[in-house]
Amino acid sequence: MQDLAVNLGIDVLFKGTNFIRLLGGLWTALWISLVSVAISIPLGIGMGVLMTKKNRILKAVLRVYLEFIRIMPQLVLLFIMFFGTTRAFGWDLSGEAASIIVFVLWGTAEMGDLVRGALISIPKHQYESSEALGLTNTQTYLYVIIPQTIRRLIPLSINLITRMIKTTSLILMIGVVEVLKVAQQIIEANRMTSPNGAFGVYLTVFLLYFIACWPISMLAKYLEKKWS
Amino acid sequence: MADALLTIDNIVKRFGDNTILDGISFSVKKSEVIVIVGPSGCGKSTLLRCINALEPIQDGKITLDGEVIERNSKTLPLLRQRIGMVFQSYDLFPHLTVLDNILLAPCKVQKRDKEEVKQEAMSLLERVGLKEKAKSYPRELSGGQKQRVAIVRALCMHPEILLFDEVTAALDPEMVREVLDVMLDLAKQGRTMLIVTHEMQFARAIADRIIFLDNGKIVEEATPDEFFDNPKTERAKQFLNTFEFDSVRAKKELAE
Ligand SMILES: Nc1ncnc2c1ncn2[C@@H]1O[C@H](COP(=O)(O)OP(=O)(O)OP(=O)(O)O)[C@@H](O)[C@H]1O
Ligand SMILES: [Mg+2]
Repeated sequence: MQDLAVNLGIDVLFKGTNFIRLLGGLWTALWISLVSVAISIPLGIGMGVLMTKKNRILKAVLRVYLEFIRIMPQLVLLFIMFFGTTRAFGWDLSGEAASIIVFVLWGTAEMGDLVRGALISIPKHQYESSEALGLTNTQTYLYVIIPQTIRRLIPLSINLITRMIKTTSLILMIGVVEVLKVAQQIIEANRMTSPNGAFGVYLTVFLLYFIACWPISMLAKYLEKKWS
Repeated sequence: MADALLTIDNIVKRFGDNTILDGISFSVKKSEVIVIVGPSGCGKSTLLRCINALEPIQDGKITLDGEVIERNSKTLPLLRQRIGMVFQSYDLFPHLTVLDNILLAPCKVQKRDKEEVKQEAMSLLERVGLKEKAKSYPRELSGGQKQRVAIVRALCMHPEILLFDEVTAALDPEMVREVLDVMLDLAKQGRTMLIVTHEMQFARAIADRIIFLDNGKIVEEATPDEFFDNPKTERAKQFLNTFEFDSVRAKKELAE
């Protein structure tokens, strides 16, 4: 048992406060993604509703925004936000702030597109049969359209949330203390005593992300099945 | 005209430059069953949709018991409660059970007592043979069952007139009958109905009056016997011939 732990490099984790530090890193990552998700969802709903409006200019602007965010790798956005703003505007954003801004820009765009898709996927005759039953516009939205939209939206947005959590590993690149960064520090510090440390630490990081994301994606699958 | 329940007075409906309904007038008396027939694309669905103000009209007037039906008027939701409509496409609400589909409008719109509506809904469901499906979701029903539920949903609002737009057109042949039987039953109860259908035998059996629509106008208006046995216009004859052809071929196949 002991040998196996050394071979896999897992022993590193039990040295000093290493495991606690790793958990702390995961917490920072989760915290950043959760704050971003919490801001992105209401903004995304607003954006999605705006995207279904008839105004052409508005539609075009939002479309360009969405495509821009999709085409740009998140890493590039992070660099622009963190280093670029210092150069261009002399802002001194903290790593956390820069990460949250980028994740919110991304989350809002993706969420907006999901909401737009869910709204336009409600067939026209759902509106018409509600109207024909004498429902007012508000009642139609309240009892017929919104419940159906939410059912379509929840599994998709959970999927987006898991993607956002996974992507937080990128934050490492701009120096926010976070799982991978902690992991690397641990690996560096223990290079002499645990040469296999890299494998064990990354394995643990993998497991931690898995443990954070797996229940969420199971929930998404379950809801998708239940409501399809 | 005095006892007309629904009056269509010279209505004109255009989509862009395309005139679909060009001065249509007729009226429906209480307990009358009128069947509207005509070639595909002649505007039958559009006519029903105008009556319910799902489509705005460009000219003319539609009144229910003297009250004008107008899009964007304040009284429209109230008037619509008095007009039941069943569409060709299955239009049940997929997120609600059969029973909740039926209860939604009576409870939320008419603010009636839930228990009372529930009892009524259950007895209507029983009448159309779907009592045990009350807790099912629409996706668990066949097309014919969905349409029967849609009819019950409309009935539960206590409408004064029912509009049916080819409610069997999207159904598999073996399910057509169960839906038509429900409608025949409604006719027997003395319901006022305006029906669009391609089922000619059914039209003949259920109608008090047939209205033949073509090119945006009422070409012929007659009792079923007159219309089917002695159509007066050439266009009606041609239209009926398209159905005859089918039955001749069917007879030949039988003879073989
Ligand atoms: N929203 C719309 N915009 C433009 N044209 C329309 C619209 N709805 C219907 N039309 C046109 O109006 C005409 C009448 O359509 P309608 O659906 O009322 O015909 P119908 O008699 O019900 O035909 P069918 O027997 O095939 O159901 C058609 O030529 C159709 O293309
Ligand atoms: Mg039609």
